[in-house]
Amino acid sequence: MNYRAHKLKEAVIEKIILLSGITSIVIVLLIFIFLLKEGLSLFSSVSIKDFIMGRNWYPISNPPQYGILPLIMGSILVTVGAAVLSIPVGIGSALYIAEIAPQKTREILKAGIELLAAIPSVVIGFIGMITLSPLIKNLFHLPTGLTALSGAITLAFMAMPTIVSIAEDAITAVPRQYRDAAMAMGATRWQTTWRIVAHAARPGMIAALMLGIGRVIGETMAVMMVTGNAALIPHSILQPVRTLTATIAAEMGESVQGGSHYAALFAIGIVLFIITFLINGVADIYLHRNRKKGLK
Amino acid sequence: MDDERNMTNEKSIIKTRNLNLFYENFHALIDITMEIPEQNITAIIGPSGCGKSTLLRVFNRMNDVIEGVRMEGEVDIDGQNILDPAVDMVALRKKVGMVFQRPNPFPLSIFDNITFGLEIHRLTQKKNFEVIVEHFLEQVLLWDDLKDKLHKSALSLSLEQQQRLCIARALTLNPEIILMDEPCSALDPIATMRIEELMQELKKEYSIVIVTHNMQQAARASDYTGYLYLGRLIEFGVTSQIFTAPREKLTENYISGRFG
Repeated sequence: MNYRAHKLKEAVIEKIILLSGITSIVIVLLIFIFLLKEGLSLFSSVSIKDFIMGRNWYPISNPPQYGILPLIMGSILVTVGAAVLSIPVGIGSALYIAEIAPQKTREILKAGIELLAAIPSVVIGFIGMITLSPLIKNLFHLPTGLTALSGAITLAFMAMPTIVSIAEDAITAVPRQYRDAAMAMGATRWQTTWRIVAHAARPGMIAALMLGIGRVIGETMAVMMVTGNAALIPHSILQPVRTLTATIAAEMGESVQGGSHYAALFAIGIVLFIITFLINGVADIYLHRNRKKGLK
Repeated sequence: MDDERNMTNEKSIIKTRNLNLFYENFHALIDITMEIPEQNITAIIGPSGCGKSTLLRVFNRMNDVIEGVRMEGEVDIDGQNILDPAVDMVALRKKVGMVFQRPNPFPLSIFDNITFGLEIHRLTQKKNFEVIVEHFLEQVLLWDDLKDKLHKSALSLSLEQQQRLCIARALTLNPEIILMDEPCSALDPIATMRIEELMQELKKEYSIVIVTHNMQQAARASDYTGYLYLGRLIEFGVTSQIFTAPREKLTENYISGRFG
């Protein structure tokens, strides 16, 4: 090929890559615009304040009430619960796999965790419904085992593979020379792992946590099956809750297209979109700040 | 070779007796008997793969992490055989510091690199940290350049500064011996020269063992030199003698550049 043909080829490849990059951004924008278009019409009849702060979600009563506070609380409770359960365990197993486990154990564990990530959420939800909720019901003497706690535990299982495998990659990527340096200074394995390795891997571990939590917030199927789906403001983690995602999934089929209920479900979608956006934004700011300060 | 000739008249800080080291079935160090004198710079030279880094790593037991390593014989530091399984590894590594081939400051701030050792060994209270950081950075001649950016990442420094920082980090534990594993191989000639000057300062207080495959460096910077070849200590003596009048033919071949 001559020089001109080479240049042409380069230019074409560059354009194709540019196009794929732009496509993904455009698609995200289109989704957001579509959400806004369908959802914003709700706010001609319901104020934003009543929507966000309203304590009653009665979409099919007359007149309907579209207050999503119970749903937001349900999502927060389940997500925070899942995070509290999965973060320590996830980081702990990542550290164990990367730093402590012998070669053979490590390979078995890694394969197992990747397998856990491959289980469809409906199956995890099913198992949670059959095994976990009776257990919780009996353990706490509750009228029903379908509670926020069951949701949190189920979702913790789903977040864990993401957290473990990404955090483990980040820890393994820490160069050997840091470990050598710490060891040569008489640091114990724990001191080396905690003060140096975990520190050096921190940006990657935060990314792991964020992706794990992102998965929890967006999860619908499993959480729908185990949380009881009662759109009430929960007063404890042992009560049934309903999440934002479960509401959309459960009610979309029965809402009239173009009606106010339909618009309200899209408005919930906007809220979810904003929450995810904020989480990513916070993670980004944190990682960026970290890099600027030089990992300190 | 008789052992007598590997002795020096100075007080020695490390004594090895019939040290043998095996990686699985590979005999990496063979019958090494030597005495490393206190408060001097001792260079260990030899072609790649001769076992010089392995020998250095015997002195702070850094070989232990490699699976299948086995050691026999005796290595005496301060009257204690450090090959004894009961030896306190933390105490040993406080006594014997190490500087690596590639500068490896921790991915922490300059300040935290210096205080790491103090913190893990609880050597002093936090309120003394600032004074101590200044002291050790002074000692490696970094203080003037870095005093305004102590909380910047150590990874933002030049390689020479990083290596000086690593030396300072090793000094914070108040070691008796500093092992240096080709400490200048990642540095340019000017930086190398300045690190060598620093070593001359440090030997007033510390005993330094340096591994190098730069023979000029050994000739310039060390007081004693040991020549290692295929796992055997061929010759050990005063540097000037090794480089001008080697007793062994093998040593002569190596230092005259006939191979290596």
